[in-house]
Amino acid sequence: MLAAEETYKALELSSGWFMENAWLIALIPAVAFALIIAFGKKMPFKGAEFGLVSIGASLVIATGAGIQWVQRTDSADDGGEAAQGAFNGIRGALRASEGAEAEPFIEPVVSQWVWWQNSGLEFGIGSHIDGLAVLLLWLVAFISFLVQIFSLDYVRGDRRYTHFFAALTLFSSGMLVMVMASNTVQLILGWEIMGLCSFMLIGHWWEDAYNSHSALKAFFTVRVGDVGLLIGVAILFFGSNQWAVDNLGTNGFDIQAIQAWALSGDGSSWTLLMAAVTLFIAAIGKSGQFPFHTWLPDAMAGPTPVSSLLHSSTMVVAGVFLVARIYPVFWEGFNIANGGLSFIAIIGGITIIIAALLAFVQDDIKKVLAYSTVSQLGYMMLGLGTGAWLPAVFHVFTHAFFKCCLFLAAGSISHSGSHHSFDMKKDMGGLRKFMPITFAAWCVSTLALTGVIPFAGFWSKDEIIDNVGDAGYTFLFWVGLVGASLTAMYMTRATYLTFFGEPRGAAAGIHHDDDHGYATEYRETVITAATIDRELVTAGAPPKSLGAAAAHDDDHGDHGDHGPHESGKLILFPIVVLAVLALTSGLANPTPLAGDALGLNLGEGAELIKKYVEPRPEPVSLDIAAGHAGESLQILEPGFVLNDTASFVLNDTASFVPSETASFVPTAGDKKEGCGRSTPEVGTVCYFPAVSHAVPTLGKILLSLGFVAFGYAAAIGFCIAFYKNKNAKLVGLTERSRIARGGYLFLKNKYYLDVLYQNVFVYFVSRPLAKATYWFNQNVIDAAVDGVGAGGQRAGEFVYNNIDQKLVDGAVNASGTIASETGHGLQPIQSGRVNHYASLLFGAAAVGAIVLVILNVS
Amino acid sequence: METLTDQNFLLTLGTFLPLVGVLVMMLWPKDDESGVKSVGIATAGATLLVGIYTLTQFDYSQSEKMQFAVDAEWIEVIRSGYTIGLDGISLPLYFLSMCVTFLVMIYTWDNMPDAGNPKAFYILMLVLQTGMAGTFISQDLILFFVFFEIVLLPMYFMIGVWGGEDRQYASLKFFLYTMFGSAFMLVAFLALFFQTGGESFGFAYLIEMGAGVDRDVQIWIFAGMFLGFAVKVPMFPFHTWLPDAHTQAPTQGSVILAAILLKLGTYGFVRIAIPMLPEGAKAWAPAIAILAVIGIIYGALGCLAQTDMKRLIAFSSVAHMGYVMLGISTLTEFGINAALFGMVAHGLITGMLFFIAGSVKHRFHTLEISRLGGMLIQMPKMGWILGFASMASLGLPGLAGFWGEFPAILSAYQPGFGLNEVLFRVCMVIAAIGTVLAAAYLLWLYQRTAFGQPREEFSSGGAHSLSAGVGDHAADDHDSDIEDVRPTEWMAWTPFLIAIVVFGVYPQLMFKVMDPAVTQMVETLGKSLG
Repeated sequence: MLAAEETYKALELSSGWFMENAWLIALIPAVAFALIIAFGKKMPFKGAEFGLVSIGASLVIATGAGIQWVQRTDSADDGGEAAQGAFNGIRGALRASEGAEAEPFIEPVVSQWVWWQNSGLEFGIGSHIDGLAVLLLWLVAFISFLVQIFSLDYVRGDRRYTHFFAALTLFSSGMLVMVMASNTVQLILGWEIMGLCSFMLIGHWWEDAYNSHSALKAFFTVRVGDVGLLIGVAILFFGSNQWAVDNLGTNGFDIQAIQAWALSGDGSSWTLLMAAVTLFIAAIGKSGQFPFHTWLPDAMAGPTPVSSLLHSSTMVVAGVFLVARIYPVFWEGFNIANGGLSFIAIIGGITIIIAALLAFVQDDIKKVLAYSTVSQLGYMMLGLGTGAWLPAVFHVFTHAFFKCCLFLAAGSISHSGSHHSFDMKKDMGGLRKFMPITFAAWCVSTLALTGVIPFAGFWSKDEIIDNVGDAGYTFLFWVGLVGASLTAMYMTRATYLTFFGEPRGAAAGIHHDDDHGYATEYRETVITAATIDRELVTAGAPPKSLGAAAAHDDDHGDHGDHGPHESGKLILFPIVVLAVLALTSGLANPTPLAGDALGLNLGEGAELIKKYVEPRPEPVSLDIAAGHAGESLQILEPGFVLNDTASFVLNDTASFVPSETASFVPTAGDKKEGCGRSTPEVGTVCYFPAVSHAVPTLGKILLSLGFVAFGYAAAIGFCIAFYKNKNAKLVGLTERSRIARGGYLFLKNKYYLDVLYQNVFVYFVSRPLAKATYWFNQNVIDAAVDGVGAGGQRAGEFVYNNIDQKLVDGAVNASGTIASETGHGLQPIQSGRVNHYASLLFGAAAVGAIVLVILNVS
Repeated sequence: METLTDQNFLLTLGTFLPLVGVLVMMLWPKDDESGVKSVGIATAGATLLVGIYTLTQFDYSQSEKMQFAVDAEWIEVIRSGYTIGLDGISLPLYFLSMCVTFLVMIYTWDNMPDAGNPKAFYILMLVLQTGMAGTFISQDLILFFVFFEIVLLPMYFMIGVWGGEDRQYASLKFFLYTMFGSAFMLVAFLALFFQTGGESFGFAYLIEMGAGVDRDVQIWIFAGMFLGFAVKVPMFPFHTWLPDAHTQAPTQGSVILAAILLKLGTYGFVRIAIPMLPEGAKAWAPAIAILAVIGIIYGALGCLAQTDMKRLIAFSSVAHMGYVMLGISTLTEFGINAALFGMVAHGLITGMLFFIAGSVKHRFHTLEISRLGGMLIQMPKMGWILGFASMASLGLPGLAGFWGEFPAILSAYQPGFGLNEVLFRVCMVIAAIGTVLAAAYLLWLYQRTAFGQPREEFSSGGAHSLSAGVGDHAADDHDSDIEDVRPTEWMAWTPFLIAIVVFGVYPQLMFKVMDPAVTQMVETLGKSLG
């Protein structure tokens, strides 16, 4: 039995140069951006070298920080176990069983500087390194690095090559700034830098109105969500500031303070709810969740590397990251602990389905992938909204690899296979013979995306679905499964159209040079039945400037013949690397049972993400927490006891739960449920709630794999029947059946959301409302002013003729001297008028003053 | 109020040095245009050097105290003194006015407005500079009022003589409207003077005694000051002089007007109206907040309706000053700091936008948005600068505009002294929505002017390019008569651009100076409001 005081033993945590200087990871690319803008055009590689080197350096530091974080965690565990002496053996056994872990909370490494101050409080900027930050820092740097390599060849010869690299580098920097943010203001900084860069990159070929329109739409839609961010940050600041100052010596912008405050039970539930709702609105905008997903497909107007970066590890992930970063706020605000049906989960669930359905009617390969991203982000949100923090973050990790790979493969196809077209129906088909490597990578990533065991997506997506069901959200569980099935279907369609069947259009070597031109009308065009059989107004037509870029590329000679061929090494290298990771990255956190099913003995500690990324839900003594991110912290003896209300369904380890456990948990009497499920003891704070982890069962795994298999089977059958055999029953169905046509049109028009936004909201504000306001301004307010002026003039003339001349002649003359000095252009009459108005007003004021004084004094 | 009196000649020197230049220029022959310009620029440069020296001598650890203070006799009869001083609230604006005048003069070197006569133009700018600097150093109501009014006249002539087609109407409107407000302000000043016992017009005295005035009287006096300052800011619904004045003013006038003159109003609120009349301020705060957010939305909608680039920028000032006033109306350190930062940021950013508008006008002889387009092709650098300034203006973090806007919105969540939280929170949400509209009108402007292809009427060689084939990419084709940014423009703009980035990246530079002074002011406010 441990004495109580011994449980407060200080923990020695290792730190390190890379973690303490992690701010360099974001700073280096930011500096590189400035260098590219300043000197890029004069450099031998037109500025690309700055981008590559800087991201490479960031990657090195991020890797170093990652390794040191692992060491730090390990050192804490060693220290922790040493502190707990005799209980080592039991703890070891407990760890294998879910939920019984009692590892200490690992204090993040924070380095920050004063950035600004207000009302006597100093607010910092700097780096806040914990598992989540390290994971994403590395991920962002890694993906950015590969994308930059890819871009070297892909955008070669582009007319704004240097600017492209500048913006791409700043984009990465923005995400890195946000990921390492130590406070919410810094988070906003990174968030908005990404918004700026997405604007620059989506509108990269701004000569075309469609592209600049898309760029505007992206920025603007996200900005609508940002209203939520500003308000949410304000609510959190004022909600937590006093608490943070009193307890932690920090302020209400500090991420750690917000986390701790949210779990402290001192914040009102209404405040937390409002903060959670407003911040999630921001996440909806940024992560393209329903109903703000409409900007993402249009964002495909940017060059392909941008799409791949934007959709894998930056920008859209920002919203998910925001939720994951200050998870306690959402945990408490939406009452996730008690299985409340949260706003996040609902939006996530809706997004999964509606985005997947939209992917079915796209002809543009990038738009299929774009909607796929939206749908996958829905999974992440669903996970976060139901308490499955770890699987959601894990899905961010795996999704980045395979989605980036898919986009780059699409880029490779358009670069070398379909002559800069992204239209699957017109310019692709049968490409597997010409582009075997691209095809293989595409297939691996598709299998990963659809969640086929043992590819990466399976481990993460299945874990989300499993946890959702396990936490009691039965309906959302089925939504997840149906979504998985739909994913398999639309990806099969895309794969078939691209790689199978007969080559069409550019893929067959036909070089059609018609400029489609976009419908860039002020209003969104509604697609009607009459137009669906023709090519669509916007979807599928390659941007005009891509054609121009193609013409540019022809100078390089590698387009001598227009037939499809495999891409060059610089393009294939990143694709292959990503494909390998799409296959293997799931093993970073394999669920034990699924590992067993595969016949892999992964052993203990195989769940690396869980071990090193998920913060431990252990209370920390305030004495230490109030200090700065020190080298050591005190831990409390684990007060975490398995609660039967939550989902810790333990099978074989249940025997550990009874009295023996209670005996070495001195604090057990006070809090039976741990962080985030009950108020932490006085003098302690929690930084992360005790989220649940489902224990996967074979049945569930088979169920989800069955759904995926069904999706594949159905889609393959359909593709062969429809595209290959032209089955008479299916072809032309939309013309024969009103229901089919209606559904098709509904999807083609993107649920009419764009129409609603563009033709109703945007149109109303920018045209009638703005015009009416201005009319009011000119004809009411200003007319009143002019009326007063005119009235004053008449009155003035009357007074002038009678009184004024005698009073203020002197002033008139003085001003008149200056007036004549300034010379021509000035009418004498006018200057006279001004002066006598002025003097008149002064006179009136003087009279008024006297009256007022008399009134007040008396 | 404690004051520091070391080197107290500095402020007088910095303020009146331009007048020495004026004297020299008056004797200078009018025909020697470059000589006149040189003298003007040299004077402004010398003034700026004094300003820089002042910056180095300012004691930043005591920025809440009046420094370089002078308290001399002036008009003994009415108990008004030559009381001047500089603290953390006024230092940034004082220095900004010197920089802006100097840079505007450089810009004028080869961007003289069409009416000519640089001698008069430069003299007016120097007089204006004295008026602006004097307003910021005054610590006496009469002195303040005199400088406040001195500013009017040069600007009136700048608009009226060197302005656009409708200059006479605009200049008269500007002058009369401001005068109208000033009259009420003067009444209020006098009333306050008599109400506090008629002892002194000094700020320190009035701040001490003002709190003792009856609440009802305070409210009335505040109303008078409110009119004077609100017209100057300008706040909705007293803003209609602004679009006309800005649109008609020469570029130089617009820049100075936006960068400094509008701030005289907001500065007046922070320096005079609120500290001297705490009860009045508290009573008026909700009204100010409501008018501020109306201004934000209304100004933004006005922007969306504009077809003229310069008028659009002018309307955006109404919206931006709305954020400043919202911050002030909260009566909290947070809000007032934000407002002060916002004043400087708006001065830099909107000043920059007006510079660009002026240069566009100079090249295309029009500011009709529908006739512009493809600026990034014809003048890539100008296009980039416009994009940069637009982004700064819409409050992108990392650039100066954000630090005025975001803390101001934030501060409305929790107004001070028991002001109605629900009302202010509603205002906060509306103000936050205003940021979306800001993005809308600025990016829309940018899309229409910078993206796409240049209009045929301005593309190179007119008919020549038509025969060469329409629609070819003119990216490499620079032999048009449309010039990109010129050296004098670079010289005038670079400091603006650098300042926008520097204050955006490291806002502490300014917050550090202002915060102690603001904190002390709000503390004083708290003593009387409880």
